[in-house]
Amino acid sequence: MRVARVALPTTVDEAVVALRDAPGAQLLAGGTDFCVEVNFGLRRPPAVVALRRVRELRRHAVTPETVVIGAGTTYADMGDPGLSSALPALAAAARTVGSPQVRNAGTLGGNVATASPAGDTLPLLAALDARVVLRGPSGERTASLGEVVTGVKTTSIGPDEVVVEVVVDRRPGPQQFVKVGTRNAMVIAIASAAVVVDVEAHEVRVALGSVAPVPVRATAAEVHIADAIDWRAAGGPRASEGALARFGELVAGAASPITDHRSTAEYRRLAVGVIARRALERCVARAA
Amino acid sequence: MPPEEPLTGSAGPADTPAYERVEPYELVVNGTRMTVEDAWLGESLLFVLRERLGLPGAKNACEQGECGSCSVLLDDVVVCACLVLGVDAVGSRVETVEGLTASGEVADIQAALVEAGGVQCGFCTPGFVVALHDLLRRAPSADDMTVREALSGNLCRCTGYGRILEAVRAVQWQRGAGVSTGEGPGDGA
Amino acid sequence: MVRSGAGVAERVTRAQRGDRVGDSPVRPDGAQKTRGEFAFSSDLWMDAMLWGKTLRSPHVAARIRSIDTGPALAMPGVRAVVTAADVPGRPTFGLELPDQPVFASDVVRYHGEPVAAVAADHPEAARAAALAIVVDYEPLVPLVDPEAAIDAAPIHPDGNVFRHLVVRHGELGASGDVVVEGNYEVGMQDQAFLGPESGLAVPAEDGGVDLYVATQWLHVDRDQVAASLGLPADRVRLHLAGVGGAFGGREDVSLQIHLCMLALRAGRPVKMVYARDESFFGHVHRHPARLWYRHHATRDGDLVKVEARIVLDGGAYLSSSNAVLSNAVCFAPGPYRVPNALIEGYAVRTNNPPCGAMRGFGAVQVCFGHEAQMDKLAAALSVDPVELRLRNALERYDRLVTGQVLTGAVPVREVIRAAASHPLPVPQDPAGTMMALPGGAGATADPVHVRRGVGFAASMKNIAYSEGFDDFATARLRLEAGADGEPIATLTVATAEVGQGFVTLAQQIVREELGVGRVVLAPASTAEIGSAGSSSASRQTWMSGGACQLACATLRSELIVRAAELWECAAAQCLFDDGEVVRVETGERLLVRDLLVPAPLETTEEYHHRPTRALDADGQGDAHVSFMFAAHRAVVDVDPELGLLRVVQISTGQDVGRAINPVQVTGQIEGGVAQGIGLALMEEIVVSEGRVRNPSFTDYLLPTTLDMPDVVATVVEELEPDAPYGAKGVGEPPAISSGPAVLAAVRDATGLPVTRAPVRPQDIAYAWRGGA
Repeated sequence: MRVARVALPTTVDEAVVALRDAPGAQLLAGGTDFCVEVNFGLRRPPAVVALRRVRELRRHAVTPETVVIGAGTTYADMGDPGLSSALPALAAAARTVGSPQVRNAGTLGGNVATASPAGDTLPLLAALDARVVLRGPSGERTASLGEVVTGVKTTSIGPDEVVVEVVVDRRPGPQQFVKVGTRNAMVIAIASAAVVVDVEAHEVRVALGSVAPVPVRATAAEVHIADAIDWRAAGGPRASEGALARFGELVAGAASPITDHRSTAEYRRLAVGVIARRALERCVARAA
Repeated sequence: MPPEEPLTGSAGPADTPAYERVEPYELVVNGTRMTVEDAWLGESLLFVLRERLGLPGAKNACEQGECGSCSVLLDDVVVCACLVLGVDAVGSRVETVEGLTASGEVADIQAALVEAGGVQCGFCTPGFVVALHDLLRRAPSADDMTVREALSGNLCRCTGYGRILEAVRAVQWQRGAGVSTGEGPGDGA
Repeated sequence: MVRSGAGVAERVTRAQRGDRVGDSPVRPDGAQKTRGEFAFSSDLWMDAMLWGKTLRSPHVAARIRSIDTGPALAMPGVRAVVTAADVPGRPTFGLELPDQPVFASDVVRYHGEPVAAVAADHPEAARAAALAIVVDYEPLVPLVDPEAAIDAAPIHPDGNVFRHLVVRHGELGASGDVVVEGNYEVGMQDQAFLGPESGLAVPAEDGGVDLYVATQWLHVDRDQVAASLGLPADRVRLHLAGVGGAFGGREDVSLQIHLCMLALRAGRPVKMVYARDESFFGHVHRHPARLWYRHHATRDGDLVKVEARIVLDGGAYLSSSNAVLSNAVCFAPGPYRVPNALIEGYAVRTNNPPCGAMRGFGAVQVCFGHEAQMDKLAAALSVDPVELRLRNALERYDRLVTGQVLTGAVPVREVIRAAASHPLPVPQDPAGTMMALPGGAGATADPVHVRRGVGFAASMKNIAYSEGFDDFATARLRLEAGADGEPIATLTVATAEVGQGFVTLAQQIVREELGVGRVVLAPASTAEIGSAGSSSASRQTWMSGGACQLACATLRSELIVRAAELWECAAAQCLFDDGEVVRVETGERLLVRDLLVPAPLETTEEYHHRPTRALDADGQGDAHVSFMFAAHRAVVDVDPELGLLRVVQISTGQDVGRAINPVQVTGQIEGGVAQGIGLALMEEIVVSEGRVRNPSFTDYLLPTTLDMPDVVATVVEELEPDAPYGAKGVGEPPAISSGPAVLAAVRDATGLPVTRAPVRPQDIAYAWRGGA
């Protein structure tokens, strides 16, 4: 009889060593996806490296330029005042994840590494061009979110690598996260959108969830609306009704959704255009 | 009423399993050290509590974090025991509905649930007790929407939640008015 | 009036509680349940117990060429493997007819059909062993379209049409000045009880077996288990373990026979607990329905004729499809006076998941049709929908379309008026929290995107079993002196307590009848007492309640006889008065405790409802015992652009006969409304090509606290002449017209037709975009 190996490291370096020493070992963070797969016979880990005790993973740092969020930061943590004032759309996204119990356990690093098309934090991270810091036996590397999340539940994270933290640049201006589900709480996204307005750079960043294998940026919509917004209007940026409508259409055009048991491709495309436009309208006034 | 015996016990399955086991490990549950032996790596904390440690209070309705019936406190934070690997609870404090009951700190919540008619089949009830305890100690005077959001991960299929929310209001009123419920409701079973 | 809202807390928590009929004493098992001490069927445990696991078909339809259990038996820890070849007795089971194999032997007819079962030392070992069984399947083209099934080649020796039922009533050629027509569709709802199917089977020394299980009807399970085990009924003893909800989904056998086979084969206790995915495959669901309706009315708004065609998809096996169809056809017009009707119904067999009982049982599906039609008719006539319903409401001594005359309480107008009269909720607060808007936590809507609609619906349903079935209930009552001399009443019934609160009512009834405070409920078991019938069809308050009342009456008579003997007077000169026997002439009194000194008293009584008859070739006959009526008004906020919804308020009036326990009645109303809202808005087992796509609580969505509105309820108490205490059932009506009222509100808010339940976001959003 073999005895399964379980490592309960308290530092990232210990976790990396434990991963190296137990080939085939799987990383366990908040467990909110991992354990479901185990419970239903879809995952049979020969060994586990559990990250819940790694305190350094749970830190975050907000500076004037960046926000650094430890991979062990839970969805509940994302509502902490410091973090949520710097990244209100991340807090909003976190608030839509599962149940309060799940939000107490699930982590940012887990959301990235699981790489579900419906991962609720991913659209905002994509909109902010987040960098993911990974550590392995040969040291640390930084990769863009797009480089890490490569497809439906697939990533470029090495079997010996641990997600350490996610880094985003701060963007002055409003941001929003909106998510469509068939229930008013505790629901997987049918479509989601994060909108970030940078009032200094005069940029609008839009990323979409659940409408493509990976989070996608609606670049045509971004370019269109950045041009269309009157950034210097009294009372803040504003856009015309026509420009906003066009923005919604371009967002819908950026989606490449599928039909599944949760919804249809057509609805996802329709909905993502509507919610992106509404999110933008909360950030930018409508010109009379 | 279900039979009292011979159907309860605290030991677990014996004999040779067909899967890999982990070294014996120790959990601290409701303040007591308990040893888990011969467990398979994939056993959830929920399974360990229910089937190895004789603590069936946390319930097994969905085993995927979508119903809250297995709510426990892990290091003072309410989580779904089905989403915690048993072995990953080593070194943490686990509190279950049995522990909260023994300490008496949820007696008024329990009494209010029964009084208000918030218990029907009762399968969700222990999870609601734990989640409500967690909410009311953090936000004693939470308003209706806050209460609903805090309980939105606890499904109930029988009550439609009306009597459960009624019980929450009753507890808030009693605690706010400093009224002690004294004793729990009669148990005629 | 029972009102859910802030005001009730005071009434519930401060009022002096009585403990008799009409009071609201607390559940006897409530405190245990809050402590996690109540033993549900999944909490059972025994020394040397094994774990069972079922192997299920991954195919929708297939021929089984061979099954090799060898690899499973060779695995460590595996103690028993059973297949169809091992069934000792009848190879099939079923509620109405045994048409469903215990295990598939030659043919698989639905996705998830059991093929084998394993018992092993650990659930993981059992799971691995089940997967090691080699089954050679030859997939077949599944039959999944219920309309096509009527004429398609049979997929079962019994054929594809379970039942074809036609109601011909009045002048079939009649027509009205105003005619409205529509097609409607209802999806497959799941009972989704939270306590998964589970039980513990223990081999007995007599060669029989004891099964501790969660079920709705111990005796009908027992009969099916014994038949398949080839054992006499007295060697198969079923004991009720704690039931974590039922709602119809535990009326059929699920794991009962498998568990007993494993225990007998292994010679050890075996426990089985379905995980949630397996639960979705392990029990029957609510029949999906396709409905066509044509209503005729006079210009004044009197219904002239209802035509309807109803097709229920029964899935692979019969279960209770025939009775569900009977209800659907009988209640197709709703609670209205309909002089002429032609209603045709089919319940058919397909390769879809088997369907059977769920709360509302056939009345739910047709309610979506008849209520949408009433609104359509109101629109065509330019009259208020509530007025139209009041105008056509059934009254006592009216006839149903089956010819049955309504001889009981028929307060249809009262429930409609009650539902229509509660104050509407306050208008939406523009500064309110996003959680109160459609889309909830997703923050999809701002108040400007939201329209509010109000919808109305009414419904009726029968109580107890129908068409000649004698679903009697049995109760044994023993009255003895306790150690302190005070009387103790011990009540033995096989009534399945599934959460509905019969345990509370039983105590109330005994206290009411005998004035005895201490009422103990003995465990429910087929070894102890005769059948109670099923905890379904809103029948236990009436039936088991009636049996309890009868038993009390018998013991009361015996107490009077004992008193008369002591007083040496005629029994006719004695009365029973609240726990005492009174000698009328002298005013002398004897306490129950004094009368129990010579010996305890005990009686066993059966309660039968009045006989009913099967429907004839024209669908005519007194098929039902009694009827319940309800009306619902829904206020719904709709974000039409996204098709997202939030129910703001449900107002209801419900005919209960008499509220034996008002707090429990409120709980039944609120809980039933939640299931109605669930069906209207989010609950559906998605089946494509026979395959279940969402067998999980991640994707089969139940309403949460953020989806349930306040429920404002008026209980209409018009005593039912035949019923004990005049009390009708209360469980089903809240789940019937609440959903149709919600869809009516969505139509009101959007002007869109909304003909399908559940209404999906895309159904609204596409139509809105198309029309906008």
